[in-house]
Amino acid sequence: MECRDGNLVSFVEGTVEKYGKGRENLLPVLREVNEEFGFVSGAAFIEISRVMDISIGEIHGVASFYSFINEEDRGKYVIRLCKTISCDMAGKEKIEKTFERELGIKFGESTKDGLFALDYANCMGLCDKAPAMLVNSQLYDSLTPESVLDIISECRRKI
Amino acid sequence: MSEMIKVNIDGIEVEVESGATVLSACEKAGVKVPVLCHHPDLNVAGVCRVCMVEIEGMGNLQASCAYPVTQPLTVKTKTNRVRKARRMNLDLVLAEHYGDCYTCPRNGNCELRTLADEYGVDKFKFPHVDKPRYAKDTKSFSIIRDQDKCIHCKRCIRTCIDMQKVNVYETANKGHDVEIQVALNKSIADVVCINCGQCVNRCPTGALWTQDVSDQVWEDIENPDLFVIMQTAPSPRAAIGEEFGYPPGTRVTKKLNAAMRRAGFDKVLDTNFAADLTIMEEGTELLERLHKVIVKKDKSVKIPMFTSCSPGWVKFIEHYYPDHLDHLSTCKSPQQMYGAVIKTYYAEKIGIDPSKIRTVALMPCSAKKYECNRPEMNASGYRDVDYGLTTREMAMMLKEAGLHLADMPTEEFDPVLGEGSGAGMIFGATGGVMEAAIRTVYELVTGRPVPFERLNITPVRGMEAIKEASLKLEKVKKEYKWLEGVELKIAVAHGTANAKILMDKLVDGTLDYHFIEVMACPGGCLGGGGQPIPTTPEIRKARANAIYQEDEEIEIRKSHENPLIQKLYKEFLGKPGSHKSHELLHTHYTKRGQYFVKD
Repeated sequence: MECRDGNLVSFVEGTVEKYGKGRENLLPVLREVNEEFGFVSGAAFIEISRVMDISIGEIHGVASFYSFINEEDRGKYVIRLCKTISCDMAGKEKIEKTFERELGIKFGESTKDGLFALDYANCMGLCDKAPAMLVNSQLYDSLTPESVLDIISECRRKI
Repeated sequence: MSEMIKVNIDGIEVEVESGATVLSACEKAGVKVPVLCHHPDLNVAGVCRVCMVEIEGMGNLQASCAYPVTQPLTVKTKTNRVRKARRMNLDLVLAEHYGDCYTCPRNGNCELRTLADEYGVDKFKFPHVDKPRYAKDTKSFSIIRDQDKCIHCKRCIRTCIDMQKVNVYETANKGHDVEIQVALNKSIADVVCINCGQCVNRCPTGALWTQDVSDQVWEDIENPDLFVIMQTAPSPRAAIGEEFGYPPGTRVTKKLNAAMRRAGFDKVLDTNFAADLTIMEEGTELLERLHKVIVKKDKSVKIPMFTSCSPGWVKFIEHYYPDHLDHLSTCKSPQQMYGAVIKTYYAEKIGIDPSKIRTVALMPCSAKKYECNRPEMNASGYRDVDYGLTTREMAMMLKEAGLHLADMPTEEFDPVLGEGSGAGMIFGATGGVMEAAIRTVYELVTGRPVPFERLNITPVRGMEAIKEASLKLEKVKKEYKWLEGVELKIAVAHGTANAKILMDKLVDGTLDYHFIEVMACPGGCLGGGGQPIPTTPEIRKARANAIYQEDEEIEIRKSHENPLIQKLYKEFLGKPGSHKSHELLHTHYTKRGQYFVKD
């Protein structure tokens, strides 16, 4: 068994206390753990299983269904660029290339400094303001290569 | 009884209870509908969609396994539309399946391949997987997983979670990326798997199999320096005939003896003998525990005592109830007891150096493979049991050697430790260990045989989830005065889901029994994970009948009356529960906990 992290244990216990132990509360608990730590680690799965008395398999089955729940540390800023047709027609490819060139990684990867991760997302309903993307939970629309560079430097400034 | 509803299947009228599935109506009408994800032991999943039928008045085709009858229906199962839809769904399943049929253990007994054959699949309609995508998981002593063969029918998941309440498997990811995983994508050797093998027995393809040791057994048979001893359990004998085309419930014990000798085993022994030995030890242990609890008021001794013959059950309690291991009998299972006796007493009797002996156990069980590899199982200084073979593997070995049971003469077991009583025989069925134990314990305490017609303790027989009985001990022998008037309360559970019900009561402190038998598999060992595929409720009943019939035909039906057992105690062990017995025939358990096995 992985080494138990005191922070994690008390966070999971507190969160489960807040929502309750019922299976219907598994998703909000997973979301909070994901937000707090940036991902749900193996140790976190064990703690959630222990505190909620749900099997690890079931918890991982739920977690892996949702692409917004990470199973590894993706980075401080997870960028999710819309890959569906409206954004694609509105110049998604240029945005894609700008990101890859500026950050030096491909989509699906994370930067070595642990700051950025590039991912795709499905339609966010912003087709009228395409191309669109998410940085963590923040929406950005009407993207251009220039605005992308601004967003990246803004993120870098914030740390 | 609920309302009966008329269903017309291809012109045949049947009546089924409201809520029954269309599939069950088809079965009642004698109309065959193909199934893949459906299994009579499991909950409805409705994921494979090969059981599609046309229901009059409905726009879409329906999966018959999942469609409940709530009003009169007219169903068609053979229209072109149905046929084409089934074929299409089958093509889609095949598109995901890496079909390496020649090298697959299920070659010849694969439900997917059978359907492809029946539905005349002559080409792959969709792109086909032609290279393996996953590494096989072969780390476990018992279970092998080959995800390339998996068709996501979820039978293993339903078996593990609903039927056995072990919770090893999960459905991970979504859409096209869905995979059946073992918790957090670990090896099945590293999680809380109890090795019961029920998933293997339910899998329609070769995605799950048991760790096959038959090659090593063949090597040892051929090695002139080694003396290979086979012991066979009652359940494989009641089932192996199925692998050779006999109907379920055909008894082939004596033909099997002959076949195994011809395959090259130097001796063929009967595990029932060791089952009798287990009863002597376990019965004595029960009486000792009762004495300590009732007379000495010793709080450290735990009642109820649970049986420990089923290695799946033992690992279940080690994982899920590690604080209650003191309730488990310390007796090894018959398989392991036999191994220990073979490599000590028997080795001396036949004059062979135990280091040259290899013991092979024919078992209905995949967990026995894990059990014989437990590090503590080496009381004689050697491995108690070297190899555990399942019924299926034994059948394969015999077929490989061209030994067909139908062609075999009938032969007896080898002498010295050869024979078991009828009490040992019924160890294969749920309730059997309890019945065998009660036949002996009651007689030990009262001096009279159990008060049941022909010794058949019917309350503990049958396929009920949890069986209970009680037996008043009256007019006891004077050395058991302290038991006078005590009502011995017993319970029997089969399948770990039922065992869990009892264990949860134990944790709550509301479990009021003296002695409880648990077998990890539904129906007991005869429904074990190493038994022929398919295993269904009907087949389990047929195998149980075979076992109880054999018990009635054996002259000695009580373990303590087995003269070979008496001789073993006289010449070697002393008495049941002696120091030597404890050294060789008893064991200890490991607190494992619910999460991952230590790497």
